Amino acid sequence: MKLTKLTALAATTALCAPMAFAEDMANEMTIVSWGGAYSKSQLKAYHEPYSANTGVTILNDDSSAEAVAKLRAMNEAGNVTWDVVDVVAADAMRLCDEGLALEIDADTQLAAAPDGTSASEDFGELLVSECFIPQIVYSTTFGYRTDMVGDNAPTSVCAIFDTEAYPGKRSLEKRSINNMEWALICDGVAKEDVYDVLETSEGQDRALAKLDTIKDDVIWWSAGADTPQLLADGEVVMGSTYNGRLFSVIEEQKQPVAMLWDAQVFDLDGWIIPAGLSPERQARALDYIMFATDTQRLADQAKYISYGPARASSAPLVGQHAELGIDMAPHMPTDPNNAQNTFLFNYEFWADYRDDIETKFQAWLAK
Amino acid sequence: MTDTAATGGPVLAADGTPLKKSLARALRIQKLRALALIAPLLIFVLVSFIIPIGTMLSRSVANDLVADTLPLTVVALESWDAESGELPDEPVYAAFVTDMVAAIAVKRHTRLGTRLNYEQTGMSSLFRKSGRKIKKLDPAADAPFKDTLIGINKDWGDVETWKVLKTHSVRITNGYFLNAIDMRRTPEGAQAQPEDKQILVTLFQRTLIMSLVITASCIVLGYPVAWILANLPARTANVLMILVLLPFWTSLLVRTSAWKVMLQQQGVINEVLVWVGLVADDARLVMINNQFGTIVAMTHILLPFMILPMYSVMQTIKPTYVRAAKSMGATDWTAFWRIYFPLSVPGIGAGSILVFILAIGYYITPEIVGGTKGVFISNRIAYHISSSLNWGLAAALGAILLAVVLILYWAYDKIVGIDNVKLG
Repeated sequence: MKLTKLTALAATTALCAPMAFAEDMANEMTIVSWGGAYSKSQLKAYHEPYSANTGVTILNDDSSAEAVAKLRAMNEAGNVTWDVVDVVAADAMRLCDEGLALEIDADTQLAAAPDGTSASEDFGELLVSECFIPQIVYSTTFGYRTDMVGDNAPTSVCAIFDTEAYPGKRSLEKRSINNMEWALICDGVAKEDVYDVLETSEGQDRALAKLDTIKDDVIWWSAGADTPQLLADGEVVMGSTYNGRLFSVIEEQKQPVAMLWDAQVFDLDGWIIPAGLSPERQARALDYIMFATDTQRLADQAKYISYGPARASSAPLVGQHAELGIDMAPHMPTDPNNAQNTFLFNYEFWADYRDDIETKFQAWLAK
Repeated sequence: MTDTAATGGPVLAADGTPLKKSLARALRIQKLRALALIAPLLIFVLVSFIIPIGTMLSRSVANDLVADTLPLTVVALESWDAESGELPDEPVYAAFVTDMVAAIAVKRHTRLGTRLNYEQTGMSSLFRKSGRKIKKLDPAADAPFKDTLIGINKDWGDVETWKVLKTHSVRITNGYFLNAIDMRRTPEGAQAQPEDKQILVTLFQRTLIMSLVITASCIVLGYPVAWILANLPARTANVLMILVLLPFWTSLLVRTSAWKVMLQQQGVINEVLVWVGLVADDARLVMINNQFGTIVAMTHILLPFMILPMYSVMQTIKPTYVRAAKSMGATDWTAFWRIYFPLSVPGIGAGSILVFILAIGYYITPEIVGGTKGVFISNRIAYHISSSLNWGLAAALGAILLAVVLILYWAYDKIVGIDNVKLG
């Protein structure tokens, strides 16, 4: 009698275990991202299928641009209202350093590739921080007006410094990151030496001196939508921005603009989970991340926006644009044709030198 | 008094208590009732305004992170002479390892690295990378640590690293305020920042000058409009008033972006000028992404704040005054300048204070149309709040800005008199 009771109990426990697990997760979550076409691509590729599978309500908040400051404020107030946050890799590193993001173990908490390759191997070097789950590879690169350069289409990034061959304004981001590297490359520094040179104060002066040669010809942007607008208006002959924005100007709006992929700077965007969530919410966030960063989901996102999936195993699955019906592979920054000459962004370097170089850069700008 | 003297005791109220006491109680109840009436507002202002601003401003001097994270090290460093040029001794290193092991367990060491990186480049990665290795050390068993630490990262064998730690270990620091005026805290006292990092004082000056120019152009443009509004029949004036208020109801971003379309080189104004032939096609005017752009856009946005107080003051000026002056032989100009204008000054004063104080803290418009030379100090504050996370410096900049506004307000009160300001 006693035995049967025990067995029955054990059986019920065993049956209930998976159920109880699901019940231990929150039924609602807030996901923070960048808004616009980017959030839409995530909605289609991740949120909608996840909600359909689990019945979880997903709320969107387009606050990624201020995510670091807001998370810090939420953490100090002891009330973190976000469950999953989309940030660039450099911000993820900051959040991790500040203890504001959860550390993730790629191999146990992320899905393996379909062929069994472990997540840490599949993402490879892109796992730049313990707290960061990469999602896409994007690049900051140049677009130019095809009707303003005549037969002399630029092939090198150094065209931005060549005001004789390409008269007119150019647009650059109003910050030191990327601009300093391009300036040094065009001043004759070898790609692999750029950060060694930029470490020194002479190197920083050298980069600023190079930028000084075109200072009067530059419109400085601070929002990713600025350069596409300036190109469409013919205000600038060429300008830097994120490759997905240029894709939209060229393929969706059919403007006379072309890509200059030379010396594009790869950067990463991905997820972090805020530290200090309640166990149910954290379990839900981890479950979402496991789903949203698997091989198929990352490949799906590329149907809606021209950013490369962060997993090596996703690349062969990239198909056509959902609305335009064009092949997306040639528009990926990681496509071999586009990635002939790329520049690898050094996160460790900028985490250290950002405060210093940015101050010098802004002082130079204000002069 | 005579009554008291006559009866030889205190005057009593009807219920037998002394009148003085009874009166005091009645007054107290009245005061409490008055307080209860304003209590909602008072609590609201306290909770939503004074406490947040106070805590934010207190960050400009608070510097607990170093002393809280490395308590033993800070004490051990006290006996070390930063000027000696010699590395600290083993006890400092031992204290440091003990502190770090505790800090790494709660992941505070990287926060400290970020904090110290504002002062010395490289601290961020020094703490992050060293943390991974120090974690494995045992503060009790693995001593001595001096050579071990220098082996982990040679920067622990650099006097500068320890100097920075010691300099910024105080709990109340003037470091952020020094940074805010292009100086820095060093073991040898306050020193100027290197020239290529000086920017904030320039920005403060620029903010002040541009705000003054914006206020002045608002006066020049707003005065005639307010005058016309005040002197038209009420029905026409009301219609025109809607035109003044209309921009108020439009999003700030929309108005700023509209100026972009107007002013840029391929924009409406340049296109018209080229079409008319006033400007050559290859010499289009540069009217945006500079100070001119900021001044134009902000003048437009702040103009209603100038016109409204002017208008309400001018409405109260009786037309008979000007007529009387003219009847006594004053020319139009004299009647305006000697009679009408002095009467309208309180409106100008109110409008100017409003516009100037709004302008000095403006952020979004300079960011969009200001280019490199047309940005304000608030753009740097925003950068330090949301990008560099140097909230201490942002708070110090904010505190200085607040002080500048208060000083100018005080000066205005001394020169013009705040009683002379009328909103209607």
